[in-house]
Amino acid sequence: MQKVYPFFLEAAWVTILLSVLTAILGLTCGALGAAARLSRFWVLRFIGAAYVSLFRGTPALIQLFILYFGGPQIGIQLDAFEAGVIGLGVNAGAYMTETIRGAIISIDKGQREAARTLGLSQWQAMYKVILPQSMRLMIRPLGVNINALIKATALVAAISVVELTYTAQRYIGSTYKPFEMFLLAGVLYMVIIYVVGKGIAWLDRKVQIT
Amino acid sequence: MTEQTDFVQIRHAQKSFGELEVLKDISLSVDRGQIVAIIGPSGSGKSTLLRAINDLDALTGGEIWLDGTRVNKDLPHRQYEKHINEMRQQIGMVFQHFNLFPHLTVRENVTMAPMLLKGLSKDEANALAEEQLDHVGMLERIDYYPSQLSGGQKQRVAIARALAMKPKLMLFDEATSALDPELVDEVNQVMKTLAEEHMTMIIVTHEMDFAAAVCDRVLFMDKGVVVEEGPPEVIFKKPTQERTREFLRKHIEGAK
Repeated sequence: MQKVYPFFLEAAWVTILLSVLTAILGLTCGALGAAARLSRFWVLRFIGAAYVSLFRGTPALIQLFILYFGGPQIGIQLDAFEAGVIGLGVNAGAYMTETIRGAIISIDKGQREAARTLGLSQWQAMYKVILPQSMRLMIRPLGVNINALIKATALVAAISVVELTYTAQRYIGSTYKPFEMFLLAGVLYMVIIYVVGKGIAWLDRKVQIT
Repeated sequence: MTEQTDFVQIRHAQKSFGELEVLKDISLSVDRGQIVAIIGPSGSGKSTLLRAINDLDALTGGEIWLDGTRVNKDLPHRQYEKHINEMRQQIGMVFQHFNLFPHLTVRENVTMAPMLLKGLSKDEANALAEEQLDHVGMLERIDYYPSQLSGGQKQRVAIARALAMKPKLMLFDEATSALDPELVDEVNQVMKTLAEEHMTMIIVTHEMDFAAAVCDRVLFMDKGVVVEEGPPEVIFKKPTQERTREFLRKHIEGAK
């Protein structure tokens, strides 16, 4: 049993790396998606809305399969890790688009009006007045998105990325202990999620102080 | 383009939302230093007219002029944005619900726009904020957050924030309507001080006593038109229109 620990720790590290990269890509896509959905150009609003309904409307696993197995057919060659990060990141971005957009539109319109009335441009009103306020509203819900995304990294086991879930499955073969293997993987996921959750709660408190 | 002599001029202002016409061909001019009150029942279009002056609600027809420059110019989007931002710097506005920025201190609320738009240094902006806040009696609360202030205090800070841009014209959109009765007076006092300093002001208000005491002219609006306008003595004491009389009668009854 002890012999598998180093492999699990290494796999946990891969899961962490996957989560971090996916979160970064997801936040980027989410910010762009929210900007598109709030744009004054209908084409961008349409693209934003299509992005969200496409990626929230289909299983992430199918999206991963299309990208990893179907990609080469249309000239997209990615290794499993890359496909995992891109697939999960773009998927998480669709959820984050709605989180970010929701936090922005929930700011009272009087805030924007007051800023514009002083002479601030659209962009200045956004980053000086609206965004600092919506930041406070979006940290916790984005935390929920990130929590979901960490758990969704388990899906990339299906395209053979050697992360926690894949590792657990692999060592069932040699140890014949599925209960212990999956339990171990579960505990490690929980540790990661617990630490990230604490970090988000800390960030949330920090921005709320003032 | 015709000669512009009046300080503020609204010409044939028209606004409709689809079928609904909320402003029907309204013209109005205001001289420098004049104080004009707009009164009328809710839904009369008075706030819409006020908000059209700085293009917060765009007109569907007509022109707004301030000190010889057309506010609602016909320009391509980018150029218009630049133009309107410059115009708005000259037009201060105070809202019913204050709209202070809750994430900023009183000081930062006042210094933000002058630093961002007029390139004031931090020291200059701080000096300006202190001066403006002192003017409205809020200097002591300079490092408070808006949530720590009463409604009257918030509104006084909002006035200071607008004044810090050194506007040529101030618009008040029911500035005291959201206040508890005992807090109305402190805001009215600040507005009176501005009047004494000859700030040009257009005030949408429900407070007839204040309008009578401070304003040079009163406009009574109903259903998108100016029914009657004149000096407060005339409008409040001997209005010529039946609709004006009816409105004032109801208003007085309401106040009792």
